[in-house]
Amino acid sequence: MNEQEVLFDAPGPRTKRLVAIGNVVAVLVLAGVAWLVVTALAQQGQLTAQKWQPFTTSDVWLYNILPGLRGTLVAAAISIVTSLAFGLVFGIGRLSQHRWGRAISTTVVEFFRSVPVLLMMVFFWEFLGPLHIVPGDQLPLVAVVLGLTLYNGSVVAELVRSGVHGLPRGQREAGLAVGLTESTTLRTILLPQALVAMLPSLISQLVVILKDSALGYIISYFELLRQGRQIGTTYQNLIPALIVVGAIFIVLNYTLSRVAETVAHRLRRRAAGGAPAPVPGPVPAAVAAPAPTDRGPERTD
Amino acid sequence: MDIGQYIDDFTSLFSQYDVLAAFRMTIALTLASAVGSLLIGTVVAIMRVSPIDSLRGAGALYVNIVRNTPLTLIIVFCSLGLFYSMGLQLADRESPTFLADQNFRLAVLGLSVYHAAFAAEALRSGINTVPKGQVEAARSIGLGFLQSMRIVVLPQAFRGAIAPLGNTLIALTKNTTVASAIGVAEAAALMKVMIEFRPDVIIAIFLLFALGFVVIVLPTGVLFTWLSRRLAVVR
Repeated sequence: MNEQEVLFDAPGPRTKRLVAIGNVVAVLVLAGVAWLVVTALAQQGQLTAQKWQPFTTSDVWLYNILPGLRGTLVAAAISIVTSLAFGLVFGIGRLSQHRWGRAISTTVVEFFRSVPVLLMMVFFWEFLGPLHIVPGDQLPLVAVVLGLTLYNGSVVAELVRSGVHGLPRGQREAGLAVGLTESTTLRTILLPQALVAMLPSLISQLVVILKDSALGYIISYFELLRQGRQIGTTYQNLIPALIVVGAIFIVLNYTLSRVAETVAHRLRRRAAGGAPAPVPGPVPAAVAAPAPTDRGPERTD
Repeated sequence: MDIGQYIDDFTSLFSQYDVLAAFRMTIALTLASAVGSLLIGTVVAIMRVSPIDSLRGAGALYVNIVRNTPLTLIIVFCSLGLFYSMGLQLADRESPTFLADQNFRLAVLGLSVYHAAFAAEALRSGINTVPKGQVEAARSIGLGFLQSMRIVVLPQAFRGAIAPLGNTLIALTKNTTVASAIGVAEAAALMKVMIEFRPDVIIAIFLLFALGFVVIVLPTGVLFTWLSRRLAVVR
């Protein structure tokens, strides 16, 4: 239900007046709250130019923020790839014909989905350290990636499973009917469709990974939040530093969420339009012209 | 390696460390933050469906900002920013347990603010499960906006929001571990202390704490799935 559509029918003069008054009151209240926050910050001397000035110098960006951002992005990038691999293996395991394959995959997925990511990061950090398998300077990164992979990989496994279950039953039946085995049907017919369908959720999961990489702060991984705190100690401007770091996270994650929404929207339109997926290879111009209903601006729904 | 010796080494830890107290702290954090986030979340959800533009905008701004910020940053900000830089006091400074109380309340504040955004979205998705026809019917028998909200929409919306609210509660339970970053003596903090004291039985310690969370989280999930089925609106 779209609440704005029917809940309020065409407002009369009285309602319009009430809404206008409410708008003014709400703006005043919100402005009052914002003013309180600003005065509180100013009273503690957090808004002085001296505290914010470091962010206009290139030093802070070159030596603190960008290296920190790099650490965050590296951990997130490795984790999304490994999570995808983990999720595919255990997602397929959950769809397996073998009872034991299913049981093991289900246990693994349910276990890692219920254990806090931080607990796993701390465990791997403390566990791998004395074993000297990974070089000491890479240890926090490895612990962060392992923690993120086990949790997010389990979430991806669930996405794979629900993606395959969400396909029309005829897809699997058709595969079996033309003589493919169960596993070939899964690999060549069901999974490719399921992966496309779960693309928006996968991108949203990327936001979760990017945010959770900040947990690495607790196990001394060199990432953006740690660098923000470092700036705060160096320049005595902790609050401005955390605000700047937070803003960078928000911009990154908000952009990713919008990408996920756009992809979901396009997929929905393609499904709703009933147009066949774009066929690779040469297509006659006359056929190709009306085809791009999945991205053309002519539809406004 | 001698299995019996390993188990003895592991169980000897229990005389020294109170694992149950740590999990009690985890549950206390969860319950307090659940109440806090539900309160803030309800206000934000109402703002987001209200007919007043500025409130809708402010609600959307809150959700978009908070949802895209790492929880670790929010918790660290509550401690280092609000307490150490701004001097915010949430506990009695004279009390002997001042620092413990203060850290607990700062953690609850951070967890509530963060999960309120998710609770608000859960409640709003509950409203979205109510079919349009319900509102059309309410309006056609002459109910006004507030009446149709109170009598027809909200009772169904709350029942539709149970499943997503349950997911938020589970995420909240696991996220209380982040409070260890500002020195709250909950499960993750104790696990780190125990591992550093006895690194030789690290696997048993990790499994103990991991199973502790499984024991809390799985029944919560089962309960909320059952509740959402039980209370589902039959359509």
